[in-house]
Amino acid sequence: MQNHILNYLYKSAKRVPDKIAFSDGSSENLTFSRLLRHTRGVGTALHQRGIYKQPVVVFMKKSPAEIAAFFGVVAGGCFYVPIDEEMPAARIQLILDNLRPPLVICDRDALDLTKNFRLDSGETVLFEDLARTDPDLLALEDIQRKSIDTDPIYVVFTSGSTGIPKGVASCHRAVVDYIEQLSEVLALDGDTVFGSQTPLYFDACLKELIGTIRCGATTYLIPKNLFSTPVPLVEYLNAHRINTLCWVVSALTMISAFGTFDLVKPEHLRTVAFGSEVFPVKQFNRWWEAVPGAAFINLYGPTEGTGMCCSYRVRRPFANGEAIPIGQPFPNREILLLTKDGTLAAEGEEGEICIRGTSLALGYYNDPGRTRESFVQNPLNTAYPELIYKTGDIARRNADGDLVFVSRKDYQVKHMGHRIELGEIEVQAAMLPGVKIAACIYDAKKGKIILYYMGDPAERDLLALLKTKLPRYMLPQKLFRRDALPFTANGKLDRKALKSEYEAG
Amino acid sequence: MNELLEILTDLHPDVDYETEEHLVDDMILDSMDIVSLISEISETFDITVTAKDIVPENFNSAKALYALIQRLEDED
Repeated sequence: MQNHILNYLYKSAKRVPDKIAFSDGSSENLTFSRLLRHTRGVGTALHQRGIYKQPVVVFMKKSPAEIAAFFGVVAGGCFYVPIDEEMPAARIQLILDNLRPPLVICDRDALDLTKNFRLDSGETVLFEDLARTDPDLLALEDIQRKSIDTDPIYVVFTSGSTGIPKGVASCHRAVVDYIEQLSEVLALDGDTVFGSQTPLYFDACLKELIGTIRCGATTYLIPKNLFSTPVPLVEYLNAHRINTLCWVVSALTMISAFGTFDLVKPEHLRTVAFGSEVFPVKQFNRWWEAVPGAAFINLYGPTEGTGMCCSYRVRRPFANGEAIPIGQPFPNREILLLTKDGTLAAEGEEGEICIRGTSLALGYYNDPGRTRESFVQNPLNTAYPELIYKTGDIARRNADGDLVFVSRKDYQVKHMGHRIELGEIEVQAAMLPGVKIAACIYDAKKGKIILYYMGDPAERDLLALLKTKLPRYMLPQKLFRRDALPFTANGKLDRKALKSEYEAG
Repeated sequence: MNELLEILTDLHPDVDYETEEHLVDDMILDSMDIVSLISEISETFDITVTAKDIVPENFNSAKALYALIQRLEDED
């Protein structure tokens, strides 16, 4: 039985040792055999240091080497925690304080940055020094034999409304289950050539990372600045014969919105998977026309459900105002639409999407309180312990039985594919010197985060300060300083009033 | 030019747009910034920016971007 993610890598390294697994499209190419060699080197280095069953931070820029570091950490019986140079120092420190990692694996640029962090007894090392270690195969086999498929393999951090990010931990079993189902849905095989868009510090990249080692496929890590320039981006896809995309919608619309298809079209695409936000129908239809042979698949799933958990194959262009459904759950997981009183929503009635099945994440790392709020006993089962994850997404089933997203229960938004708690922005803004109160709203039409606040700093100064506290994708696009902000009768900030004020211009 | 500098400074108050010449290459402006920038300049200067204009050479500096805007204004 397949119950350890590295078994995928062992098989592919045997079957296609010299094929490129991960490439940045220019200088750095990792074949499956090199990837395995690095993985074993890093795993052995952890073992020699006595680091086992602990979080190991990987602080590297998106690269084939970073992926080898992830797998190496797992080979050593530990779990990896990616952090990124784009995260501001204050947020990285919060994450380090939560984890207390014994080891931080860096590339050269990150090594300089780590000097500014409090690491207690943690050690920082260069990836290449670890990867060079002579593999101790007996020790690595022993570590794998002792591993259990409910052991964690990673912790990834997502926005938290209290201002402190939440670390979602997930295990072998959940990832294996996810990738097996995903491979069916996306028709992945040895000919798959991924073009990776998403950062490696979220679970979104599991599609390419684990999908590639499972199928003996190839992934190109597309340079980030190409996503600012649509024509060179499509030329890159064509040059590398990329046939499979799993991108956030905003990356796809960056191409379609500016008439790129009049100049150049993707030539090799066979699967275009998208998700994390609503696909504007006009833009979707442009893709549909430009790449008529491809399968278009809407994917849905929160990090706490490990990767994706629902899919919808789009088989026709959509009409204006029509929403592309979330569709049906993958096999081996169930979506319960639960009403406020914990019963199943009636036909056509709205309910909260709750996930049950093997793919549930383990919970929030070192955070039992917030874990208990979202990972709860299935209210429909009183006979034995069974957890479900409450997503906070409200949905209903349409006439075809497909799930359709309706709204959020709270102030979480999807902005350029990123999941953001507006509350986290408010908390960080309100903690800045001279700021009294901050309130955040989201303009979904234009994709803008709007921050209203009372306090001393001018708008531009406040933005500059926020840059030191929040990741770039969470920064507001518009800031408004106000002498007063509207409150509701029971003393809460009136975001609705702010929204109407904003919309009135 | 001043109008453009206002728009750019609103995006990143900490960038010196008079001297910076690698706005795209160094990822000072990311794809999200480019999209908001295009929508702002299209509205302000009443121009239409299309894919062929969205290349690093046109967005790497405020000067280059201003030249693009003037070119597009003439086309209208």
